[in-house]
Amino acid sequence: MLHIVNKSPFENTTLASCLRVACKGGGGALLLIEDGVYAATKNSIAGNVVRSAMGDIQVYALWPDVEARGIQDRVLEGVKMVDYGGFVDLVVEHSNVQSWL
Amino acid sequence: MNETTGGIEDGDGSGIVKKFMFVNRKAPYGTIYALEGLEVVLISAAFDQDVSMVFLDDGVYQLAKGQHTKAIDVKNFSPTYRALEGYDIEKLYVERESLEIRGLNAGDLLVPVEVLSSAAMGDLMKTQDVVIGF
Repeated sequence: MLHIVNKSPFENTTLASCLRVACKGGGGALLLIEDGVYAATKNSIAGNVVRSAMGDIQVYALWPDVEARGIQDRVLEGVKMVDYGGFVDLVVEHSNVQSWL
Repeated sequence: MNETTGGIEDGDGSGIVKKFMFVNRKAPYGTIYALEGLEVVLISAAFDQDVSMVFLDDGVYQLAKGQHTKAIDVKNFSPTYRALEGYDIEKLYVERESLEIRGLNAGDLLVPVEVLSSAAMGDLMKTQDVVIGF
């Protein structure tokens, strides 16, 4: 299952809720888009949360959103970058998708 | 989309039944999401699908007993949740953690629900054909 988060983890509990529900069982994927990409920054509280979730869930971030926000040099190791085509591939590869609006 | 159970008689044979899950995560009156989500669920009932409703985060407030909205001049749509059963929407799930964080329990809700841990909720979500969030 693919989970998509588009909210900053610093002003919204969406990422926490997503990880709470999604992490158990493994095999899933998390795609960070829009302000959600801030969760992929290392040495941040949210980044630490994402890093510890990586054992349970594969984490991706949308490169155009990462680059737009200037965080490309501070991205957490292990987060895979995807472009818009990669976004589509992720949606196709997974049986279902939850957008955590 | 691997599981089609079929079995719906619609006059010219059987239709396809998919598992739809509606995930409600917003409180009822601050934004329009909760009401719009409820409208969509009611519409989906007309298509005889396998519908579940999930209440997470502030979405659990949608089901709180004792909503009185007259003074804010907004329609109180909470009684509608009690009518869902009449549309064969009987699978209502609430996440235990979301209730506990808000000091609520199942007895504070206006409909009978199944309370699930976040892990069980995640498992249930994985089994759906379509997940739609509000």
